[in-house]
Amino acid sequence: MKLDVVYFAWVRERIGLPRETVETTASTVGELVAELRAREDRYDLAFSDLTVVRVAVDQVLADFDAPLKDVRELAFFPPMTGG
Amino acid sequence: MAVRVQRDDFDLGSELRALREGRTDIGALVSFSGLVRDDTGDLQELELEHYPGMTEAALAEIEAEAHKRWDLNATLIVHRYGPLKPGEQIMMVAAASPHRKAAFEAADFLMDFLKSRAPFWKKETGVKGAEWVDAKDTDEAALKRW
Repeated sequence: MKLDVVYFAWVRERIGLPRETVETTASTVGELVAELRAREDRYDLAFSDLTVVRVAVDQVLADFDAPLKDVRELAFFPPMTGG
Repeated sequence: MAVRVQRDDFDLGSELRALREGRTDIGALVSFSGLVRDDTGDLQELELEHYPGMTEAALAEIEAEAHKRWDLNATLIVHRYGPLKPGEQIMMVAAASPHRKAAFEAADFLMDFLKSRAPFWKKETGVKGAEWVDAKDTDEAALKRW
């Protein structure tokens, strides 16, 4: 399946682009991350410490074990620092 | 209830005046504004990045939760994005209630959740280069008291 993946802050900088469409057979967010890390070094670097990466599924905060079925937009970013 | 995410600056006084205009049921109005702080004298710029769409939804959800927990007449959240200079306003929250305690607590609650649950990221550019601001463990811990 295909889904849009968006990146923010240093995750975006390490991967080198703000948004891409990814073709995957992964069934969870965690599986997709493993796939991406195996694909290229820049993903491996961005996802090397998952304790400092947050996930949003269709613009709602989620976990790495969240399923990808019917997901349109997945986002990865560091812990938030607003205010 | 209102949420605004904008590049432009805002006038705190005008925002608070608009919030209470024509109303006589508000007894307490608490506001907080966050400013770009320069601890070392080296800060040149603070860049605020956000996730358009999710940002507005997350702020509206935090606001709705505050209205469930406290007796509030009105609330307002304004948050800026883009490049800011030291001393500039980053954001504000306001909570209006018939009574003081609810207004203070709701404003505090809005800030705690906004800091860790609204998708904003700060990047500081100083004389030595640029660096993303790390989230503090105390920010996440602060949510537990609610």
